[in-house]
Amino acid sequence: MIKIIVIFGGVMGSLAYLTWVERKVMARVQMRPGPTRVGPYGLLQPIADGLKFLFKEDVIPTNANRFLYIAAPVVSLIPALLSFSVIPFGPWLQVTDLSVGLLFIFAVTSLGVYGIALGGWASNSKYPLMGAMRSSAQMISYELSLTLSVVGVLMIANTLSLNQLVLSQRNTWLGFLPRWNIFVQPVAFLVYVVSAIAETNRLPFDLAESEQELVAGWHTEYSSLKFAMFMLAEYANMVTVSALATIMFLGGWSGPVFGPGWMQAVLPTIWFILKIFVFIFFYVLLRSTIPRFRYDQLMKFGWKVLLPLSLANIVATSFIVAIS
Amino acid sequence: MIQLLFFFFAAVVVGAAINVLVQRHVLYSALSLILMLTAMSVLFILLRADFLAVINVIVYAGAIMVLFIFVIMLLNLPQDEDGADRLRWLKFLGIPLGLFFLFLVGATVWNVEPASAQAQLVGSPQAIGQSLFTEYLLPFEATSLLILIALIGAVIFAKKDL
Amino acid sequence: MIPAAWYLILSAVLFLIGVLGFLLKRNIIALLLSVEIMLNAVNLTFVVFSAQHRQISGQIFVFFVLVVAAAEAAVGLALVIAMFRNRESLNVDRSNLLKW
Repeated sequence: MIKIIVIFGGVMGSLAYLTWVERKVMARVQMRPGPTRVGPYGLLQPIADGLKFLFKEDVIPTNANRFLYIAAPVVSLIPALLSFSVIPFGPWLQVTDLSVGLLFIFAVTSLGVYGIALGGWASNSKYPLMGAMRSSAQMISYELSLTLSVVGVLMIANTLSLNQLVLSQRNTWLGFLPRWNIFVQPVAFLVYVVSAIAETNRLPFDLAESEQELVAGWHTEYSSLKFAMFMLAEYANMVTVSALATIMFLGGWSGPVFGPGWMQAVLPTIWFILKIFVFIFFYVLLRSTIPRFRYDQLMKFGWKVLLPLSLANIVATSFIVAIS
Repeated sequence: MIQLLFFFFAAVVVGAAINVLVQRHVLYSALSLILMLTAMSVLFILLRADFLAVINVIVYAGAIMVLFIFVIMLLNLPQDEDGADRLRWLKFLGIPLGLFFLFLVGATVWNVEPASAQAQLVGSPQAIGQSLFTEYLLPFEATSLLILIALIGAVIFAKKDL
Repeated sequence: MIPAAWYLILSAVLFLIGVLGFLLKRNIIALLLSVEIMLNAVNLTFVVFSAQHRQISGQIFVFFVLVVAAAEAAVGLALVIAMFRNRESLNVDRSNLLKW
């Protein structure tokens, strides 16, 4: 019970501050200061944003499908938060260690597609519908290369449980180089990172919510709390795929442990959070620098490049595992 | 506790299945089916078939139903038309016969199956993988051929100009 | 401890609902959805028997049923799109050109 409170409290707090991190980093890349007025270094900005979302007028378009319109953000948020229940934040800081934990996360993210499709459909206007269709098609296409790219890692670790995946990367080669899967499966790592960016609808793959083409994509007609739920769901998805990337490729919470007793208990979680932060920083940097893919380029890339690449990775890995 | 879970999720499954039939607009039927599939996954977990439960959600609720929802949104029909010449009185014959079928099944099953379904066999990925790739390898390869044929067929049927 | 009979009755109820839906609905996509309900009922039966007799073959068969359902849904929906293009209606009763 305490684990649940700690993990979910930490996750919700960090999601709010993720918006602050994103705005600050994007601003610094673009050589401007970013939010500085609300609190020192703009640290109270997420709280101000949250209050603003609460007090905004809640608009429901006249011809919108009321039930689906209200249900869509919830359908988007629940799977995004549900995947945190199997992620190991530390050696014992995990809500539940399912034996099929990795597949559980993939199952739950494939349910998140429905929030976007229903949100676009229920808004009953053309920009959301186009954005929703594009986004759903993109998400299910990249789900394939996402799940296939980790099969190589699974073949090496021989387990689907996330805690076991972390534990299988604790050894070191030559005494100091950690036995992380990023060194063993570099191709899978690249395919996974690119698919993860496409899966969470982030730049350079965010044609579905592009500001220049489709007003705001599938969440055009949404305001106040429902919009906040969509945003929370997007950031939660980002954190989930970053957490999965660190668990599978960067060794999860394993890292050098030193110091007194209480520090040894907390240090793995700190390593985990630092590694997740590397990925999130990478995400935000990508958003600030790279232009957007066109939709047909996006789909071609997913089906013609990433999918064969991940399949080739599976074949190569299975040969190597069978030989050794 | 397990019985509570079973009854709750069995009620969700049956309720969602009935909702598939009752709704006028086919999009709501598809959404009820998604609910039914996720509740069915919980029932699979109660029977210790966890790999199948997750695969049910990923494949069925996450991919096949997305296909359905795409087609429904693409075709964009209003509610069901009325006044078709389907034999309307079949409903009044069908439902009593259906209940009789249910009674037959229930009577057979109640007396013949004394053992409980508390499984000692865990449908873990290892167990399924072992069996799938050794004993059932030929059907496995045949299904890949089947999917290839379905893929080609679907693309050809949905093309505007052959 | 849940006796297997309850699961089997549940799957019989589901199968019945699927059959009723298939016979009574007029929308083609609703017919496909009823077929999916029937296939799910059969999946449940297979898993129950696999748990009871402690053999994994039941779950393997569910795997194959899932694959067949996916293939059939894809081809069925492609056919629905092709039919809709010709007829502008998804009512099954309108597709009766072969009737005597």
